[in-house]
Amino acid sequence: MLMFVLRRIGVMILTAFALTFIVFYMTNLPPNLEKLAKSEASVRMADDAVASWLEENGHSGPVLVRYAQWLGIAPGWVRTAEDGTITGRCIDAGADPATAPAYCGILQNNWGFSTVFKQPVSEVLARSLGATGWLMFWVMAVMVPASLLLGVLSGMREGSRTDRVLSTFAITTTATPEYVSGVILIALLASATAGISPVLNEWGWISGKTLFPGTATAAMDDITFMNFFLPVMTIALYGIGYIARMTRASMTEVMTQQYIRTARLKGVSFRQVVMRHALRNALIAPFTVIMLQFPWLLNGVVIVETLFNYKGFGWTLVQAAGNNDINTLLACSVVAVFVVLVTQLISDIGYVFLNPRIRLA
Amino acid sequence: MEDALSWGGILTRIAAQLLPVWVALIATFALSLQFKRRLGLYGRIFDSPVGMTGFGLVMFWVFTAIFANWIITHDPLAQLSGMKNILPGAAVKDAAEGTYPYYLLGGDHLARDVFSRMVMGARDVLKIAPAATVVAFMVGITLGLPAGYLGGKLDTTISFLSNLVLAFPVILLFYLLVTPEIRVTGIPTVLAALLFIFPVIFLTILFNSRYFTSPAKRNLYVGLVLLIGLWAYSGLAFNADPTGIWTMDPNMLNVFVSVVFVNSPGVFRIVRGMVMDIKTRDYVAAGQTRGEGPWYIMLWEILPNARGPLIVDFCLRIGYTTILLGTLGFFGLGVTPESPDWGSTINYGRRLLAIAPHPAVVPAFALMSLVLGLNLLADGLREESMKD
Repeated sequence: MLMFVLRRIGVMILTAFALTFIVFYMTNLPPNLEKLAKSEASVRMADDAVASWLEENGHSGPVLVRYAQWLGIAPGWVRTAEDGTITGRCIDAGADPATAPAYCGILQNNWGFSTVFKQPVSEVLARSLGATGWLMFWVMAVMVPASLLLGVLSGMREGSRTDRVLSTFAITTTATPEYVSGVILIALLASATAGISPVLNEWGWISGKTLFPGTATAAMDDITFMNFFLPVMTIALYGIGYIARMTRASMTEVMTQQYIRTARLKGVSFRQVVMRHALRNALIAPFTVIMLQFPWLLNGVVIVETLFNYKGFGWTLVQAAGNNDINTLLACSVVAVFVVLVTQLISDIGYVFLNPRIRLA
Repeated sequence: MEDALSWGGILTRIAAQLLPVWVALIATFALSLQFKRRLGLYGRIFDSPVGMTGFGLVMFWVFTAIFANWIITHDPLAQLSGMKNILPGAAVKDAAEGTYPYYLLGGDHLARDVFSRMVMGARDVLKIAPAATVVAFMVGITLGLPAGYLGGKLDTTISFLSNLVLAFPVILLFYLLVTPEIRVTGIPTVLAALLFIFPVIFLTILFNSRYFTSPAKRNLYVGLVLLIGLWAYSGLAFNADPTGIWTMDPNMLNVFVSVVFVNSPGVFRIVRGMVMDIKTRDYVAAGQTRGEGPWYIMLWEILPNARGPLIVDFCLRIGYTTILLGTLGFFGLGVTPESPDWGSTINYGRRLLAIAPHPAVVPAFALMSLVLGLNLLADGLREESMKD
């Protein structure tokens, strides 16, 4: 077991290095750097001016060396200008070059400075991750119980009417990506001209123009049911269908097992059979699926935060990518890669723990 | 000026516009139901109501895309004055002679006809999604067969690489791969060169392993594959086709390549897993004893026996690719602003959702029904292929 975990962690670290290097390489391609130089210094820069600006700001040289500097395993670049002033990666403006540290990469917790948000990337990241954390928490709190309940209910008696209805619902939600369900939900519940809001307004049931607000910007300060319902439902719906289908498949498989029939024949009530005998075994597969759902959630988060203008991690990523903010984009991808790899690891290990049939040496 | 249409009027007129689609659908269903016993797996779709519903939805959009030129009521790019964000069923103001008198599903933020754009969008989506999925399958199969059958270092390497791509958050990858700047560096061309060669390799090995005992036939088939394949390859990947038949807009190439790149590791995983399962069967051992070559066993013994799950996954994956294309459009990546594809139409429409929801809702429902159709079709196929 220990060897298995260690080997998985080894592969994971290798993957993390490979992925961050790819992102670093892609964000530091010459056209991107040229755009960065032009947006930072002056739009009408000649090609040689761009080259010298990049040279002065440490964006030239072999890409592997720059990657190592960014990681913090190689000393940051230092340059002495002709008039004697020393600039460098690790030297803050106005600080004494002599006291500056030699290494400053993400391993030293130095994430660089964001060109879009005009503040250190670590601050941007902390704020946006906090906001997204709440979103994720509520999505999980809605999605996991709802989908497990749906799956167990429909898998309990395969082919029954309940099963048919719930399965149709599940397959419809899996066919509805977040940008579609979000748009439909807003049109239905948060539009002043369409959906149910005008009717409710006419009847005097709601005081405002719409039932729910169309944006979740207010949820940045204070999360309420009203301003968080739509974004959470939009992300959760897509996942609910998928997890419910997985749960249903595993539940139907368990319900045909010999030991379930034995329990029934012993005279245990159907309710007891489901609760005591079937559930535990039926929930092994959905556990893995839920963990592997995190990378998908990441996708959903980016779409929903853009759609509802909620300034979390996904919104930050879109802003950084759209405005060529290399440091923020790199930091976002490190977080994303980390989330994906850790959830993969947890799902692997959890599967082994939960499933008594698998014993790894 | 005429009055706006009621909802009943709108639906009747849309149904009338879609007449070629209904005719084609009825013809397809009548013929298929007539001969369903002779049509193999395809015929058995018509035994399951779920599969039939899915097939109907998918074919509806396929025929809509084919007959799009006859269905549209206005030029999808034409902007008529006074029709900005107008409600569905509104009459065209001061209609010129010969123009259709109504905007059936309203106008968008640039006063273009939403209905016509939705119909043309179907063509955009169905041009890329199935083709990209086919290429992704060729890549996944060509790499997955040897990885699963031969195993060893080859398997470890390819599996690591595919896990690498799978661990990448899709949106991040799109933001890195589908930008105008990246085209300058030539990375899409390199990726295209890498990915588009796989269909050629796949077909060459396929025919070579089958017919190498009769060289005349082999030379004919392999020669044809290489001739047409490399001709298409040079045109699509490098835009170097002298006759200009095979060519791809650089923007579209960028989108196409990224979608294939994201999809192929998934296919690879499935194929590899199934090959590892099937290679333990007796008929594979029998083939090995007969002295069949490894590629013959992989392509002509194992692959046909893995077709059921692969066809099901193919349907699901076209749906997933459609969603991915919509995501790209939603973030405005790799599409021109005039493009009527569903994703970017939703993106432009969502900004005005509070006042005029129809420009976004119409393509949203279109995309949803196509993907739903594909999922239902996959479900029906799975049910039917599990029966034997």
